[in-house]
Amino acid sequence: MSELTVPAQAGAPAAESGLMVQAEQVHKSFGHLEVLKGIDLEVRSGEVCCLLGPSGSGKSTFLRCINHLEKINAGRIRVDGELIGYREHGGKLHELRQKEVAAQRRSIGMVFQRFNLFPHMTALENVIEAPVRVKRESKAEARERAEALLARVGLGDKMGNYPGQLSGGQQQRVAIARALAMQPKLMLFDEPTSALDPELVGEVLDVMKDLARDGMTMIVVTHEIGFAREVGDSLVFMDGGVVVEQGNPREVIANPQHDRTKAFLAKVL
Amino acid sequence: MASEEVTTVRARPEPIRAVPVRHPGRWITVAVLAVLAAMFVHVLVTNKAFNWSFMVDKMFRPPIIEGLLRGTVLMTVVAMVIGVALGVLVAIMRLSDNPILRAVGWLYTWFFRAVPRLVLLAVFGNIGILWSRIEFGVPFDTQLGQLFGIDNLQLRLFGFSSRDILTGFMAGLLGLALSEAAYMAEIVRAGIQSVDGGQTEAAQALGMSRGQLLRRVVLPQAMRVIIPPTGNETIAMLKDTSLLLYVPVSVELFFQLDAVGKRTFQIFPMYVAACLWYLFLTSILLVGQYFLERHFGKGYGPAGRARLRLRTIAAEQGGGGQGTAGV
Repeated sequence: MSELTVPAQAGAPAAESGLMVQAEQVHKSFGHLEVLKGIDLEVRSGEVCCLLGPSGSGKSTFLRCINHLEKINAGRIRVDGELIGYREHGGKLHELRQKEVAAQRRSIGMVFQRFNLFPHMTALENVIEAPVRVKRESKAEARERAEALLARVGLGDKMGNYPGQLSGGQQQRVAIARALAMQPKLMLFDEPTSALDPELVGEVLDVMKDLARDGMTMIVVTHEIGFAREVGDSLVFMDGGVVVEQGNPREVIANPQHDRTKAFLAKVL
Repeated sequence: MASEEVTTVRARPEPIRAVPVRHPGRWITVAVLAVLAAMFVHVLVTNKAFNWSFMVDKMFRPPIIEGLLRGTVLMTVVAMVIGVALGVLVAIMRLSDNPILRAVGWLYTWFFRAVPRLVLLAVFGNIGILWSRIEFGVPFDTQLGQLFGIDNLQLRLFGFSSRDILTGFMAGLLGLALSEAAYMAEIVRAGIQSVDGGQTEAAQALGMSRGQLLRRVVLPQAMRVIIPPTGNETIAMLKDTSLLLYVPVSVELFFQLDAVGKRTFQIFPMYVAACLWYLFLTSILLVGQYFLERHFGKGYGPAGRARLRLRTIAAEQGGGGQGTAGV
């Protein structure tokens, strides 16, 4: 069943350190509002890192900085050892060209809260689009992998359907397949189940658990404490643009050290 | 199960047969309109100035039909094709990250929307006053020549006389197409901006370039918003070809009708003929626009979405027994 999706490089740590994501002192402001106030974070290859926190704590913004959908104001983010969005040269930072940023994003998959499937394409076309247009794969090759991916997320019989004909849970599973089709080494999930009806959350989480079991490196912004406890290798609790507490998810959830974490968990659990 | 039992056990109440609300106002309106219509028909039949037989005799003459085909129909098609293509380009310029392209795009739409079409056409029709010849080559060649001490240096690749090219049809086409591009640019820009920002983000996250993102993701979705006003623009363009009278373009419907009217001192019948021709042509376009809008509205809007959902539900129930996947 799971003969696919995890690309060769994901299993073996490519960077010598074995670190997939390294964030140092990441700052981000929107105008006068400082949303991230120095985030330090490390995610090892094959690890599932869950970002928790109240809304407005900056966790989604931080996630969007990792694939440079947001430009950071200070600090450094490295994915697989490579600096994101910039090139360091002669002690100076140079902005990367759009093309170079796009190339970096190819190996980082992202799943959005509101799915963002392309509504004018069928499920299959959604999954094939980027491998064919961006990676210049042959249509037949991309199609074969897309069909296998859609079958894996349980939508083998919905390939010809347009997103408007699918339920939220089905759409999100197509979105996951679409991201996996690029054979990323890192997957970012931005509240993937927040826009779903409660009864549809499970089917999406199941696909994500399956992915985690296969060794995909994942950063998941979520409110699903159960998922974090069961699947997470690390848990990061953010509030007010800083990391308040981090550690093993089971320990943090069972025995939070910080008052802020305690208060949050008391409300969510 | 319980609810089904209830509905089957209870008897169905008898259908409602109520006395409908009366609308006396409607009858009064009908009476007033009938009188007005009778008066209008009376004028059409009795007023000699209409000179119907003269009008019918003249309005199908070959020069008029030729003017209709070339100056009105062909001009509309070509001006719209150029206008749409250039409009998309200007719209993309206006939405570009490059501030210089943005400024040029803004300047273009500002100029061509601010000058009335009629005035623009008069200017293009008389551009021969400015240059007798239009030539392509190295710019400022004579001035550069003087700088190096060469008299009357001319580095021209090719050129043509304004009188040959930039009169009549070409001048009219240029005026209409350039002005149309400015309006189309605004329509396309609104269309592009109507596409959810999440679409751009999703495409970016997949590593698509800006060009791919526009071509494959944004523009196809923007079409739904762009097509209906483009239909309106086409209809407006067809009517605006009558402004070519001021370029002037002689092989054109209104020019020809106007000429016949002035030559024969039967101005009014010829203007009525113009009304009838334009009514006929725009009606054809209106029918086309109806089908175009119906096609592009598919799957969108409350009605379209409901239709799509019904079809899905029907398909799932027809497929049978997939219970758990239910919507």
